[in-house]
Amino acid sequence: MSSTVQPRGTTKIALTAHSWLVYLFFFAPIFVLIVFSFSDDRNVGRWGGFTLEWYQDFVEHSQLQNAVWVSIRVALLSTVISVVLGTLGALALERFKFKGRKVFDALLYLPIIIPDVTMAVMMLLFFAEFFEILDSVFGWDVQKGLGSITISHIAFNISFVSVVVRARLAGMSEVLEEAALDLYATRWKTFRYVTFPQIVPGVAGGALLALTLSLDDVVITQFAAGPGATTLPVFVFGLIRRGVTPLINATSVLMLAASVILVALSLAFQQFSGRGGRPSLRAAREAVSAPSTTNTQIKEGITQ
Amino acid sequence: MGDGGNDPVSGQTAAVELTAITKRFGSVVAVDNVDLEIADGEFFALLGPSGCGKTTTLRMVAGLEFPTEGSLKIFGNEAGTLPPNKRPVNTVFQDYALFPHMTVEANVAFGLKMQRVAKGEIADRVQEAISLVRLEGLEQRRSQQLSGGQRQRVALARALVNRPKVLLLDEPLGALDLKLRQEMQSELKALQREVGITFVFVTHDQEEALTMADRIGVMNEGELLQVGTPSEIYEHPVNRFVANFIGQTNLLDASVVSNDTVCLANGVHIPGKSDLPVGTRVAVCLRPERAGMYPPEEVPADQQSVIGRLESVTYLGNALVYTVVLDWARLEVRRENQPGGYRPHVGQEVAVSWTLDAISVVRA
Repeated sequence: MSSTVQPRGTTKIALTAHSWLVYLFFFAPIFVLIVFSFSDDRNVGRWGGFTLEWYQDFVEHSQLQNAVWVSIRVALLSTVISVVLGTLGALALERFKFKGRKVFDALLYLPIIIPDVTMAVMMLLFFAEFFEILDSVFGWDVQKGLGSITISHIAFNISFVSVVVRARLAGMSEVLEEAALDLYATRWKTFRYVTFPQIVPGVAGGALLALTLSLDDVVITQFAAGPGATTLPVFVFGLIRRGVTPLINATSVLMLAASVILVALSLAFQQFSGRGGRPSLRAAREAVSAPSTTNTQIKEGITQ
Repeated sequence: MGDGGNDPVSGQTAAVELTAITKRFGSVVAVDNVDLEIADGEFFALLGPSGCGKTTTLRMVAGLEFPTEGSLKIFGNEAGTLPPNKRPVNTVFQDYALFPHMTVEANVAFGLKMQRVAKGEIADRVQEAISLVRLEGLEQRRSQQLSGGQRQRVALARALVNRPKVLLLDEPLGALDLKLRQEMQSELKALQREVGITFVFVTHDQEEALTMADRIGVMNEGELLQVGTPSEIYEHPVNRFVANFIGQTNLLDASVVSNDTVCLANGVHIPGKSDLPVGTRVAVCLRPERAGMYPPEEVPADQQSVIGRLESVTYLGNALVYTVVLDWARLEVRRENQPGGYRPHVGQEVAVSWTLDAISVVRA
């Protein structure tokens, strides 16, 4: 590493300036967001002295808090289910040959390619038809809400999880699994003691990706949400329509703080569980870095 | 087989018995109708070029592939479609396939843990296996922190700790450098003698097979061409392929005239024993170190010879290799570097000679 060429003179100045510009571009909006969440002025962009009023507002705003809880529940539930299904799908595609594998492969990637709006309209139609059938056949009156949001999030998350897990599986030699089988492990024990520990970084990365995608999603959720429940991003969009106040800033800052704490906790956990070893820590960092940037980007969007 | 795989000589049950084993991958025939018996306690080598089906054969014994046709018995028990975890065999994989997320100790203990052996016994047997392959002190290392030779030993310990009835080794020395490979050759041989387990190993290195194995099976294009001791294979190869693959050799085109005479491609009849039908196209196999070289008029009366022109001399230090060109063939003669021997010059006419027991007649 020390043998690489060191930039000198104007090149060095230009490169340094470039780095700082990039950092400024990344972090200035976050800084502005945090500062103005303490501003005592209803107008988002004007400084009116320090106040904690907007945080107080957040605590007292039951609808907003309700939306936060819905978001968290949907995110956790859809992540767990899509991680299980996505990992199973990845294993099937990477390790087994079966009829219709190519079709399954192509179909699995569809949700990544289709525009969100198309997916959202599909979901809307699907739930409308599905609920009507439930009503006419069983006489069940089902409304859109937490369930429909979760299902729609699982639908797109499976694809992302399986892409991430597959990349990891492809890099893992099949011979390791053969060795485990040769050493008297059953198929399940082979997965439990050899395959899974090897793909854990991929599974964790997929889970974090799914978690953030679910927390961030607006378009699909808007179409799948009903009167029963709505998620935070959708609710915030609703607030904007009624006029933007620094309450939104405060909400965003709290979300940001929560995700930073989560990331820090997961890193600390990796560090202390020594048996995980260095490779998994590295993978966790890789996995964590991607979602946190998308998080802040969305939040920048909201503050504008 | 009605006899349950009994070895006709010793009356013991064969460790591994393949009967008419065929393996196809789609339309590709990887292993073609192979019959093979490997005796208990034997060090057996499956030798052949890459893609000859030797690894597929080994994988069928391990249970990692199932035969398309035929019967596979391990100590008399039909095992053709048993999964690998139900067979009393263990494998040392080509690149060792150590579990990277486990320590040396955990790697070695894996098989016992999967068989639910008692904890105390696992600890004892793991220690025993680790000291057998002389890896004491490295128990807590991970495979990334080991050298190639150490990984190889871990792979051996991980397999041997289970006390398999047959140990399979897939190109066990392929990933090691030359010096280490030669060291491990004698070590493996000693280890096999010590544990007394049947070893079956796959290699493309004929020298490795000759030095280590009790018996060798030579494969090519899915077929098992010849099975025999290293000296049988080297001295009496069944065909041109085996003769060429095992060691250096000269092959002179010929055809069978009678059961003790062949006709060389230049029309000269020479003595050469074979039980092939008259008229069969054959090759006379003459090993470079078994050929003699004399001035054309001084060939001893009890030797056959052909006359050619010396094209080049390669000096190897301990030996010299002479290349002699005939108008219908090209021969190599290897002579030990002894003082006072016949030293012809390039361009000179020389006779390449042999006694009857120096050659073998092989199918072309």
